[in-house]
Amino acid sequence: MIIPTKEKGAEISRRDLLKKGGAMATVTLASGVTLMSFGGKAAADGLKPGARWGLLIDAGKCPEDCSACVSACSKEHGWEDNGLDTDPQWIRKVTLREKSSGRENSLPVMCQHCDEPPCVDVCPTGASFKREDGIVLVNKHTCIGCRYCMMACPFKARSFVHEQVTDQRTASPRGNGTVEGCNMCVHKIDRGDGTTACVEACQATGNNAMMFGDLNDPESEIAIAVATYASVELRADLGLNLGVRYQNI
Amino acid sequence: MKKLLVSVLMMAALLGAPVLAEGLLPNIPAALGEPHPEGNEFWRVNHPEILSHDRDLTVQDGIRDIDGSLKTCVACHAVEGPDAAPVTTASPEHACMTCHEYVAVKVDCFQCHNSRPEAADWSAVLPSLGGTPESLRAYLERISQ
Repeated sequence: MIIPTKEKGAEISRRDLLKKGGAMATVTLASGVTLMSFGGKAAADGLKPGARWGLLIDAGKCPEDCSACVSACSKEHGWEDNGLDTDPQWIRKVTLREKSSGRENSLPVMCQHCDEPPCVDVCPTGASFKREDGIVLVNKHTCIGCRYCMMACPFKARSFVHEQVTDQRTASPRGNGTVEGCNMCVHKIDRGDGTTACVEACQATGNNAMMFGDLNDPESEIAIAVATYASVELRADLGLNLGVRYQNI
Repeated sequence: MKKLLVSVLMMAALLGAPVLAEGLLPNIPAALGEPHPEGNEFWRVNHPEILSHDRDLTVQDGIRDIDGSLKTCVACHAVEGPDAAPVTTASPEHACMTCHEYVAVKVDCFQCHNSRPEAADWSAVLPSLGGTPESLRAYLERISQ
């Protein structure tokens, strides 16, 4: 049984449902046998309190011709980029070039999961929101497709779904008329996989350019790496405190 | 007198119900898994509230172990089509559509959600049918009712 943490006035509460369900069972089973199976879920379910999920990406280990993370994301979430301007891109490979030296850098860019996300500030319906564990998401149940968040995002991380979608991945519902973006494989995190599709794919290639973990947990590999080696945020001048950090750019 | 008339009419309606069920009422396909302990009537009345309540638990708080999980609904209530794969809501045979088309209530869920289970979820339900002879017998009984 799950007791809702936030009671919503207009909606029927779980407690009410239990009462009604209990009443119904007594009516239908007059023999005194109770088949009710509510309750008994002891394991903690839901987001990890106090966590701040983040990624650490080493651009020095990211070859320009590799896009394993992009294809893994596309496969995991069922989006397809066929090169059209209107096609979604949850994650893309970007090449940075320093003007004076000509030094080039290739790196994946996705939603940076800001601590103070501009997309959340501008959303008129509250659909763009930050979970308590720092993951920035679109609640597609409330998204009206206005695309303010796409305008507000400094990283061009969000896409609008222009076409009808069928046969979506079950864990990643997507639909025409809503905005979407990297959700840091929230279904995998909730499942306790402790990794994301892009990080898994990067490790499978042997490049090991990406690392996933809880930035707030001082014992975690990512927190130790961030504390030990130099890493930067993209557009640090905006002061958004990003959940995705880069090395060697 | 009026009360008597009403109760007579109600009795007639109740007695006529099995006949109606054959023809006019929607033919809801039996689900694959164990029946809801709360009873079908409870879920027929309350499923919109439970689904919309529990979706907020999942989206906002990451709670995935919920009663109103669309993924579980779709897997357990899957209906096999002529190609041996579960049908989508495009088919009137789909468990949701049998009723929703009858009452002319549009389902918005499947604009974003997949209306059929992924192969893994589909096969996860099936062992509950053939696990033991008893469970298979129970399933066949449910279907024949």
